[in-house]
Amino acid sequence: MTIRVAVSVNGTEYVREVEPRLLLIHFIRDDLGLTGSHWGCDTSNCGSCVMWLDGRPVKSCTLLAAMADGRAVRTVEGLERNGKLDPVQQGFIECHGLQCGFCTSGMLMTARWLLDHHPDPDEAQIREVISGQVCRCTGYENIVRSVRWAAEHEGASRMAEDGPA
Amino acid sequence: MQVPSHVEYERAASLQHALSLLTRPDARAVAGGHSLIPMMKLRLAQPELLVDINGLTELSFIALDDGQLRIGALARHADLLDSAVAGRCYPIFHDAERVVADPIVRLWGTIGGSLCQADPSEDLSAAFAAARATAVIRGQDGERTVPVRQFHLGPYETVIGPGELLAEVRVPVLPATGSAYEKVSRRVGDWSIAAAGAVLRLGGAAERPVIVSAGIGLTAVGAEHFVAAEAEEFLRGRAADEESFAAAGAIAARGCHPAADQRGPEDYKRHLVAELTTRALRRAAARVRLDA
Repeated sequence: MTIRVAVSVNGTEYVREVEPRLLLIHFIRDDLGLTGSHWGCDTSNCGSCVMWLDGRPVKSCTLLAAMADGRAVRTVEGLERNGKLDPVQQGFIECHGLQCGFCTSGMLMTARWLLDHHPDPDEAQIREVISGQVCRCTGYENIVRSVRWAAEHEGASRMAEDGPA
Repeated sequence: MQVPSHVEYERAASLQHALSLLTRPDARAVAGGHSLIPMMKLRLAQPELLVDINGLTELSFIALDDGQLRIGALARHADLLDSAVAGRCYPIFHDAERVVADPIVRLWGTIGGSLCQADPSEDLSAAFAAARATAVIRGQDGERTVPVRQFHLGPYETVIGPGELLAEVRVPVLPATGSAYEKVSRRVGDWSIAAAGAVLRLGGAAERPVIVSAGIGLTAVGAEHFVAAEAEEFLRGRAADEESFAAAGAIAARGCHPAADQRGPEDYKRHLVAELTTRALRRAAARVRLDA
């Protein structure tokens, strides 16, 4: 049995026939070829697979692709605009917010969501929102600094609705 | 690589449609899926049909209605945590939601899913049991209500039958009531080693309050129906003071049945039950406003 899934990913419409048991992370990576989102622990613990579904971050290893039908997905590939990195991406560069990079796309998606709702988060808020995401390189210090960098360097007018998701 | 076994999938277009699909005994409702999908990956659950109820947005409400806090089964954990009215009436739900998994899981996982999963370590079951909540179950012939204290038949088992769906949870809002939830886990976002929830209704003079009724829920320690019934009974009519709270904690610790596992030995869990029950009662009492 296959089912038809029509989903908008980073503003582009995709229609595919998939098995109902296909997980969203594998659909995005293997069927659509968008490999920026990473497939990690498979148990919704590590957060490497975080992407947005209808404007909210989700752990895509624990969702079915079928559940995304008719919805909008935003992945790390959808952060950059017109060749310009999102402030959270720039922040991770400026503050050395990654080493191996495996957790980074998930961290970026959660950070973008946090800043859309809390433009000036303190350290505790940043640590809380990424508490379900694991980084084994940075000790989180530089991730917190990176998100703070983004908060300090983006225009106050930037809100969720200007994104494709 | 963990993937679920082959499964059919239908999206419910309406509550009636969902109920009709769920009459198949091998069907399971899925909303957040954050408990069911991991169980399917491990073959601990193998439904043949998944009925996706995420479209039934009429079940996403949280409202104060006629003296009751009503929480739709499809409300997400984050919705309950964000609900000012829920936090005002029952701070125990905000305490518990802050320690359910992590902020990203809470955005998608649902209240109804948590209750229906019936995991002995799940936090909301004890919180709703402490609050003496009522489960509203919809079936094809109408609805029935079941006290949350009778909702769980055992680990991973509830009273929900084929063709039925948990629609909402109702909690009576009473005056002079305070509540709290205390949990100890190995790390942030993990399941409880043990946790205790308390709901206290007080009366009498503000300087010497007396316990009118107490609800105590216990998580992950083998308490029957998630409840410390003997400790609740002990507290009724007693002074709301440290001595009563500590004695109730000791009774709760004696009356539960924790199992030794990788989270700790039995005596440690009993110690936690005594201490966390006492703390939850203390905090619940401090939140009561007798003048209100």
